[in-house]
Amino acid sequence: MTFAAPQNVADALRTVDYLANERISQVVFLADQLDKPVLVEGPAGVGKTELAKAVAKVTERDLIRLQCYEGLDEAKALYEWNYKKQLLRIQSDVDHDWDTISHDIFSEEFLLTRPLLEAIRATSPVVLLIDEVDRVEVETEALLLEILSEFQVSIPELGTMVANTQPLVFLTSNNTRELSEALKRRCLFLHIDYPDAEREKEILNARVPGLSEHLAEQVAKVARSIRSLDLKKAPSVSETIDWARTLLALSVEDVDEGVLGDTLHVLLKYQTDIEKAAKELTSTPQP
Amino acid sequence: MLGVITGFVEELRAAGVPVSMVEAIDGMRAVEAIDLGDRIGLRETLRATLVKNLRHERAFDTAFDIYFATVPLRKDDTDEEPDPTREMTQDGGGGQGGSGDAEIDRQDLLNALLEALARMDQEALRRGVRNAVDHLAGMEPGRPVGGTYYLYRTLRRLDLAELEDRLLEEMMGDGDISEFEERLIREEVQALIDRLREEIQDEIRRRLVADRGREAVAKTLRRPLIEDIDLMHATSSDLAEMEAAIGPLTRKLAARLSRRRRKRAGRLDFRRTVRKSLATGGVPADPQFRHPRPHRPEVWLLCDISGSMATFSRFTLQFTHAMSTHFSKLRSFAFVDTIDEVTDFFGPGIDFGSAVARITAEAEVVWLDGHSDYGNSLETFHARYGPQITPRTTVIVTGDARNNYRPARETVLGEIAKKARAVVWLNPEPRAYWDTGDSTMGRYATYCTSVHEVRTLRQLEEFVETLTLPAGRTMQNV
Repeated sequence: MTFAAPQNVADALRTVDYLANERISQVVFLADQLDKPVLVEGPAGVGKTELAKAVAKVTERDLIRLQCYEGLDEAKALYEWNYKKQLLRIQSDVDHDWDTISHDIFSEEFLLTRPLLEAIRATSPVVLLIDEVDRVEVETEALLLEILSEFQVSIPELGTMVANTQPLVFLTSNNTRELSEALKRRCLFLHIDYPDAEREKEILNARVPGLSEHLAEQVAKVARSIRSLDLKKAPSVSETIDWARTLLALSVEDVDEGVLGDTLHVLLKYQTDIEKAAKELTSTPQP
Repeated sequence: MLGVITGFVEELRAAGVPVSMVEAIDGMRAVEAIDLGDRIGLRETLRATLVKNLRHERAFDTAFDIYFATVPLRKDDTDEEPDPTREMTQDGGGGQGGSGDAEIDRQDLLNALLEALARMDQEALRRGVRNAVDHLAGMEPGRPVGGTYYLYRTLRRLDLAELEDRLLEEMMGDGDISEFEERLIREEVQALIDRLREEIQDEIRRRLVADRGREAVAKTLRRPLIEDIDLMHATSSDLAEMEAAIGPLTRKLAARLSRRRRKRAGRLDFRRTVRKSLATGGVPADPQFRHPRPHRPEVWLLCDISGSMATFSRFTLQFTHAMSTHFSKLRSFAFVDTIDEVTDFFGPGIDFGSAVARITAEAEVVWLDGHSDYGNSLETFHARYGPQITPRTTVIVTGDARNNYRPARETVLGEIAKKARAVVWLNPEPRAYWDTGDSTMGRYATYCTSVHEVRTLRQLEEFVETLTLPAGRTMQNV
């Protein structure tokens, strides 16, 4: 048990400039208490991956990361037999009979560990981050199930490897597809949304040193305003941070229409979005 | 506590949220590990363990507010919760008249709330809300009305508009501000007002629960989940919420349609096999195959966009829009009593709103009177685009097949079906209504590969989930 209460989680994360809301700190606390993996979902750029990194930092654990992609398979995620080395072993040894050799080449010496197995075999506790899990096919998802519920990996030739220490597991998803029930059932579910204006302001203060209180507040409010529009891609937290840095670099003290029009491209990445936001923000909404 | 959680899980299930046995046990285990005096902590704990889908959060929040209304918000909340039952009987029917006293009360209440909101004082806000509900909601014990009635009554008597104006006035100061700043302030005020509304709703709910018990209140407040809302009668906010679910669904559909029956990959890759055999001393132990050419399904969507289908067609167009990002060979057509191709209106980078606006303005879908005519639409479609249908084309028709008693000309659909890989019909009407009145579903169904009732998002999901189409026919078979 690393944390005594959810509040401790929030306080600890604050020391590494990650501002967790009540939901986030509660779920991280539970994950640690119950030894359950956390499935983090939410729009791009709200700090899902960042959360795992921050947790690794405050708990002083190593972070093992598995980036998912279409076509990821067992050999890349779990383990692989180093068969070149196995061949060498067979060729270099002519004295022994086959039984000894075959027993020999399926030992740990010839095993190439991939991130998941690495997390299981780590001698000190780690944080395992399985990033963008929605990118793998449904079939590949099944690979994760054993790890997530039992924290073990079965290798036919070697037997079952059980985790030495309990890893903290985070899975992130952008929700491009519905994950399987089996996977969801094994995880705690955490949805991170865009922060409200108050928290975003705090994030800006923490991440952009030198930003004035007034400007941080304005940036957060503008971000909230833009997110309420119907856009192709709403500005993420990292983009508002970029925007705040831009404003700072331009030594802007007060955001007005002119400044907004000039720097909107930092916040929004589609021409149609920029035009729409410029038009909407500089006219008074009809009540 | 255990009993309450069991009841809570049952309520979630009754509302349609799937909570498995394992998840319920996890929930209980989790609750044991936390501090029960903290309502937000308890809420997030139960949420994380029981609800695994964002779409179910609204149902969860409603149920939670009912079942755990009496748990204090924060554990250091010293302020004693007054006994709601006692208050209600005391004030039952109070605040009815518009006497002078009540008017003064209202001004006081308004001032208190205003100050609390402006200073973001949570404690004062809750005290103010409690007073407001005491005096304005006029709650009567035992009366079987839902919370919305009391909420409406409190809000009307409180006059939020006035509160909003005064907040605006206060925050705008001397009025020397640009339109841009004014917008930001307006939004700030709106957020505050929303918060107040929520607080009032919470308070009313708490009292209702104390009066009538959890089960009864939960039952009146239960609303269908977003995936169970009838597409024909969905509100625009429902549709907006569905939009988020459509994306993943179309991706799945794309995967379904391009699924191959053949097990092994493509042809033997000789070069790579030899290269690989070097590692095994020249023995080609591990034959390499070329990647199979991915099957690129051609999908043609025919959408009925007549007036009677207004809500449903908005949904299907949304679906089409989402599909256009996953299928390179998607063609879409819209029809009322004649048909026009609308593929180009959904090109990359075009947002949904403007696409719909252009379809209504530019596409030629009305021929005579703007009442659905499936017969003519299909015939025009077949005459104009028929020759381009290939054995790889999957035709999806969405519509209620209500033909206004015009000739159905279902044989045309037969002709189309003969050329295409499959014809699938999605009908937003309940199956029981098919073939009643002017519906000609049965006559078209004869020629369709499959017909599905798609009245809700859930049914659309089921359709995508179970879709199996005949493998793409080869040219020789035609």
